[in-house]
Amino acid sequence: MNIARLAFLTLLARPLAMFLTGADVIGREHLPKAGPAIIAANHTSHVDTLLLLTIFPAKCMSRLRPVAAADYFLRGPIIGWFSRTLVGIVPVVRTAGNHEDVLAPARQALMDGDIVIIFPEGTRGPGNDELAPLKSGVARLAAAFPDAPVTPVWLEGAGRVLPKGALLPAPMNCTVLVGEPIHWTGEKTVFLDALRASLDELRKSAPPQRWLAERPADPPPTSGGAAPSAP
Amino acid sequence: MSAMSSLHLQLLGHALPPIAWPLVWGLAGVLALLTLGAIAAIVLPLVRRGHDYTNLRQRVISWWVMVALLSVALGLGWQATLVLFAVISFIALREFLSLAPAHREDRLIILASYAVVPISYWWIAVNEYGIYLVFIPVWVFLITPFLMAVIGQTRNYLQRAASFHWGEVACVYAIGFIVFLMRTPANLPMPAGPAGLVFLLLVATEANDVAQYCWGKLFGRHKIMPTVSPNKTWEGFIGGWVTTAALIWVIGPIFAPLAGLNLAIMAITLPLAGFAGDVTLSAVKRDIGVKDTSRLIPGHGGILDRIDSLTFTAPLYFHLMTFFALHR
Repeated sequence: MNIARLAFLTLLARPLAMFLTGADVIGREHLPKAGPAIIAANHTSHVDTLLLLTIFPAKCMSRLRPVAAADYFLRGPIIGWFSRTLVGIVPVVRTAGNHEDVLAPARQALMDGDIVIIFPEGTRGPGNDELAPLKSGVARLAAAFPDAPVTPVWLEGAGRVLPKGALLPAPMNCTVLVGEPIHWTGEKTVFLDALRASLDELRKSAPPQRWLAERPADPPPTSGGAAPSAP
Repeated sequence: MSAMSSLHLQLLGHALPPIAWPLVWGLAGVLALLTLGAIAAIVLPLVRRGHDYTNLRQRVISWWVMVALLSVALGLGWQATLVLFAVISFIALREFLSLAPAHREDRLIILASYAVVPISYWWIAVNEYGIYLVFIPVWVFLITPFLMAVIGQTRNYLQRAASFHWGEVACVYAIGFIVFLMRTPANLPMPAGPAGLVFLLLVATEANDVAQYCWGKLFGRHKIMPTVSPNKTWEGFIGGWVTTAALIWVIGPIFAPLAGLNLAIMAITLPLAGFAGDVTLSAVKRDIGVKDTSRLIPGHGGILDRIDSLTFTAPLYFHLMTFFALHR
């Protein structure tokens, strides 16, 4: 196994995750203990991957494979080496045409008995407690491996530590909420609805590690032709 | 301090600060209590099957870890104690800033707020008591709202500025006084050295928490602050007060230069401050809508849950001690 990766994850990534987020985990018992398995999580920040890679026990760490966009994570030789060797990504070609099988590397990883981490929203969202529409890739993976459990994970707070576009991370507590695994149901929309419902349920039970809501829309002006108030 | 009155240890050939014998016996007493707790956590599940003692077990294990960390730090001297409490302040502040209501634009201020921890503890390291006293209450108090104004976001401005400052004072300023006790000049009379002063503060504060809890569990009938802390009762408050006051009365003179009226004042006021700190942080948590500030310490919750009473007892203890020393 890859000693450099294990050393990176346990000696560097895990202390960094503790420092930046506190790395609280609720429902740790639901995490898969072996592959093939799929982790489906919401996505707001690179801190998501940092958290998911470091909450597993060391003996599982070498099995963790985050699915990541090839155009972003393999864009240069250094970041490419970092992504492949230390983070252990499964590259997905976002720009591929419809005829190409973009999920082949992820299926291969599951075939090898790995735990594949996938962000079904497809990309990092605005990070204020919203879940974008889920893409169908996770359903196709689950359909290809109907015995592999799909564990829903809600990551609360990571979007505040390092939002999209920010350079410096700000330490703020995050919570990883792990739900009960679901399985392929034989039908894509039913499966995606179940996954979404489970993620929503986890989101509702998360501690309020989120920004205050944006200012509500200004009320319509009441002067002029407004209805007269009751006497 | 003569060689007879203290324990001299060495680490890798370096002499550690001498440890006064009362402190050795005090730690032995704490370890004896922890051992009783461990026995209870092992025996109770065997005797009373069907009850879930997971929380008790977690609490006891966490206490062992906390006592081990504090004992090692106090034994190594003021530098190690400073590092330990700086880390505690950082984690407490992170817990607070993560739960306090904040807007997206506050992220830069939150990032800047962490700089207060190393700067504030730096004044302790260089023994600048005068600067320490005003740094957070005056300068951080003035500069934080100014930075918020520079960023140009004025939504809920006063509430947010107040909440940032509340966090800095409770998590950093108040806790720093514990470390400043370790810097007490050696020419002042201290029966168990500077570490003895810290030991008495920590033991009395935690004993008060535990005593209040036990009296409340056993005899609690009349709620004392139902809108803030529904589980707190008059019986727990008064029982804890009397128990802790008696404890300070008995062991206070062993660890700190306390006697007579000074000892009585400390014994009466410290348990009140502990209760006040506990209730005040409960009000903050109730406002935010959480029970625990994090899950860092198994069985206890977050660091802020554990040090809530200390945020009040540490400044009171420090200032009473300073007052008594100046008015001998």
